[in-house]
Amino acid sequence: MAVTAVFMLWLRDLVAVIMLSGIYSLFAAMIYVVMDAVDVAFTEAAVGAGVATVLMLGTLALTRQGTEKVHKTISWGPLSLVLVTGAVLIYGTLDMPRYGDPNAPVHSHVAPRYIERSASEVGPPNIVTSVLASYRGYDTLGETAVVFTAAIGVLVILGRRNRRQRKKAKREDAT
Amino acid sequence: MMHQKSVLRVVSKLLIPPILLFALYVQFHGDFGPGGGFQAGVIFAAGFILYALIFGVASARRVIPAAATRALLSLGVLLYAGTGVASMLMGAEFLNYSVLAATPLAGQHLGILLVELGVGMTVTGAMVTIFYTFAAQPGGDELPRNKQNNPDEGAKT
Amino acid sequence: MSDVFPGLLNYWIAIVLMMVGFYIVIAQGNLIKKIVGLNIFQVAVFVFYISMGKVKGGTAPILGEGIDVYSNPLPHFLILTAIVVGVATTSLALALIVRINTSFGTIEEDEILELEHADDAKEETS
Repeated sequence: MAVTAVFMLWLRDLVAVIMLSGIYSLFAAMIYVVMDAVDVAFTEAAVGAGVATVLMLGTLALTRQGTEKVHKTISWGPLSLVLVTGAVLIYGTLDMPRYGDPNAPVHSHVAPRYIERSASEVGPPNIVTSVLASYRGYDTLGETAVVFTAAIGVLVILGRRNRRQRKKAKREDAT
Repeated sequence: MMHQKSVLRVVSKLLIPPILLFALYVQFHGDFGPGGGFQAGVIFAAGFILYALIFGVASARRVIPAAATRALLSLGVLLYAGTGVASMLMGAEFLNYSVLAATPLAGQHLGILLVELGVGMTVTGAMVTIFYTFAAQPGGDELPRNKQNNPDEGAKT
Repeated sequence: MSDVFPGLLNYWIAIVLMMVGFYIVIAQGNLIKKIVGLNIFQVAVFVFYISMGKVKGGTAPILGEGIDVYSNPLPHFLILTAIVVGVATTSLALALIVRINTSFGTIEEDEILELEHADDAKEETS
């Protein structure tokens, strides 16, 4: 997965970069399955490898730029910034709970209640669904609204000019 | 052009009905196995986008007009919020589904089904709307053709 | 050290991926590549969250008979919605890029800045 990401950094051909980002998403989906998050893997595979790739290719076709401009030099400023940030973050992980530790703080607060009582309080055997739709209904409502707003935003940015052009074309046809 | 795409046409004709059926299965079986509104919406939209890529955006627009996807987009949010308001009218808190049916468990089940349906509708509507908007751009109406052109451009440079 | 190395590897992978994405975002000039970099960053955060939710010996959080240990469903729910929201916002960014391309005719950051400066200079002289 990391190898795919680094290749995406080096490649100049944008089509190849976008294809690699699809592959990267599939790898991520596999990792989610290994970590027991089947719902998430499902979404990632459908979204990352499917819809996002098509949209990016669409943008590429619209902007008609096959390859990126070549910058020969490695930019040292950003690189050192990235290295420092990475080092600080890795230092920060030294105190984190170990992978798969059942006593980690994440697992001690709300999650046990969801796992123990969702069957009697909500019903569906898939806990993720009952958390998503019932316990955290407000969150999901908000997220649905965000998706809605994003679609409206795309329409506002790209849609209107197009309608005017269509009207113009109609008028030209009529005359 | 036509001959090159005949394999794609046949395979996608075979694939699209199972994709749509699978999306519906994911939508309504989300309580029992992995799945739910978000995934189903994306899979459903992916089915349509595949159709539009292979058979052209114009014929996809005949299957679902752009106005319909916009209506779907807003109806989904309305259904979600409406479920919340309905539970409020029946005497519970906003989005507390327990009062929607005779027993709390049945009510929860009904509420989750409605809410997931709302999410699925919104996500499908949003994805297809976004795709249509991109495809309707000047010069973007033939996405598959441009994709085939790109390797040639790469070879030239 | 044996305690630290395999136990924290998941965080380190997430951090390395995150930094690759970060580098692409700040160092590359092409706007589409910047969006790809943001996506890498995003997926790194997702991996970080999901790896926190994993419980050793646990199974996927779908109730079944004879299973006692489940992974934490909360991060799964959070990331599930975040992915779909992520693709929606990504498409918004791509729409902005298309719009920028129609206005400036390029999607390279430095060329856009040059054009902007040229415009400013023109306004000052006129």
